[in-house]
Amino acid sequence: MNLNLKAPISTIIAIGVGVFILSGYFIPLFPELRTSLLTTAMLLVGFALFMGVINLSLVHLDKIRQGSKTALYSFLLIISMFITFVTTILQGPDGFLPNWLFSNIQIPVETSLMAVLTVSLAFATVRLLTRRLNLFSIIFVFSAMLILLGSGPIFGFQIPFIGDTIRPYLSQILAGAGARGILLGIGLGTVATGLRILMGADRPFGG
Amino acid sequence: MEMDITGLGLVLSFFGLIVGFSFINRRRSGANLREIPAFSRLRNAIELAVEDGTRLHISIGRGDITGPQSTAAFVGLSMLKRITTVASDSDNPPIATAGDGALALLAQDTLRSTYQSLGALNNYDITQGRAAGLTPFSFAAGTLPIISDEDVSANILVGSFGTEIGLITTTGGHRQTLSLAGTDNIPAQAILYATADEQLIGEELYAGGAYVGAGPMHIASLHAQDIMRWALIAIIIIRAFGELLTAL
Repeated sequence: MNLNLKAPISTIIAIGVGVFILSGYFIPLFPELRTSLLTTAMLLVGFALFMGVINLSLVHLDKIRQGSKTALYSFLLIISMFITFVTTILQGPDGFLPNWLFSNIQIPVETSLMAVLTVSLAFATVRLLTRRLNLFSIIFVFSAMLILLGSGPIFGFQIPFIGDTIRPYLSQILAGAGARGILLGIGLGTVATGLRILMGADRPFGG
Repeated sequence: MEMDITGLGLVLSFFGLIVGFSFINRRRSGANLREIPAFSRLRNAIELAVEDGTRLHISIGRGDITGPQSTAAFVGLSMLKRITTVASDSDNPPIATAGDGALALLAQDTLRSTYQSLGALNNYDITQGRAAGLTPFSFAAGTLPIISDEDVSANILVGSFGTEIGLITTTGGHRQTLSLAGTDNIPAQAILYATADEQLIGEELYAGGAYVGAGPMHIASLHAQDIMRWALIAIIIIRAFGELLTAL
């Protein structure tokens, strides 16, 4: 007889702990137990991060083994990961080498990706008018241009009216009100998803 | 000991509405959902991927599992489960990416349990659920080769993403693959409007499960959300009108 006990046990744990933590926000009973459960969850998340690193390594080792066309990049990733891991274990996270690697490799690479993103977005905004020409796309591009023009001086010249009147009106009133409406919708969706999990209707833990 | 009666009442009302609608919906035929173009295109993309043997890429983002961002990723996991069920017969089975270790484990577990329920556990490979990177831009950089090199025909990005999602969707555009995306991050939603083929704005993201047929509870919770939204709108208007009258 093959009994799969994993699903019911994980569901009972998830619902029980979830209901206890949620009710603690409204009825402050057993705060120590609540803190202890949350601390345990944080520890498990820390371990999951380590598992994520192992998964990342396995995927790239598999690519190297298969000799895929990006195997060289995978090899570089594994070597870099190994060097960073060893230096951090030997010197600690505040050591000279880990800090040097972070400041001179990690930050410049991520900054360059940010720069690529900026160019990509400018290009995508222009393409939007050819890809999907409708009233909302025109409003989107026009608003983005007004915000950019009002954000700072151009060759030392601040465009009057746009910088001090139109930009604050667009970003703080129109965009601010729209964003609050969207956030309310996101809040409702978050509560609904959380409740579905507490009811056992959604089981993101496999099951 | 101080109790938050308002918060408790709100959560219990929401709970009651979901349970109530789940009973009402059993007696009704059809889901009674409004048309969202993104989900119609998703259905077509799934059918096309199964027919021409291409791969679907589902990304559940990089939200912290202990924070509220995790709920966006949970919607992504519900969609992953449903899409994998439909597309498991494809020559290239779906692939899932995450930007967080815990979410990557959940994606693997969802894929494994889906294949197990289909009786096709032999088709499951642990590398189908991947941690693509553990910082925002390393996650984007790790996702790009999947779109470019793994015969992907559609990218379904449902979870918590920041502005780095722009790199993923623009790459999808360059590779002429469909990008359907939704996130709980407001600046990233603006980026999606310009770069994604189909975008899920605001609470449309949380409707994903209901539209891909993940279960009757998803439809019930969507109807409950509608009621709560209208109640909130009424409260805001009444309070604003009251404040206005007081000021006069």
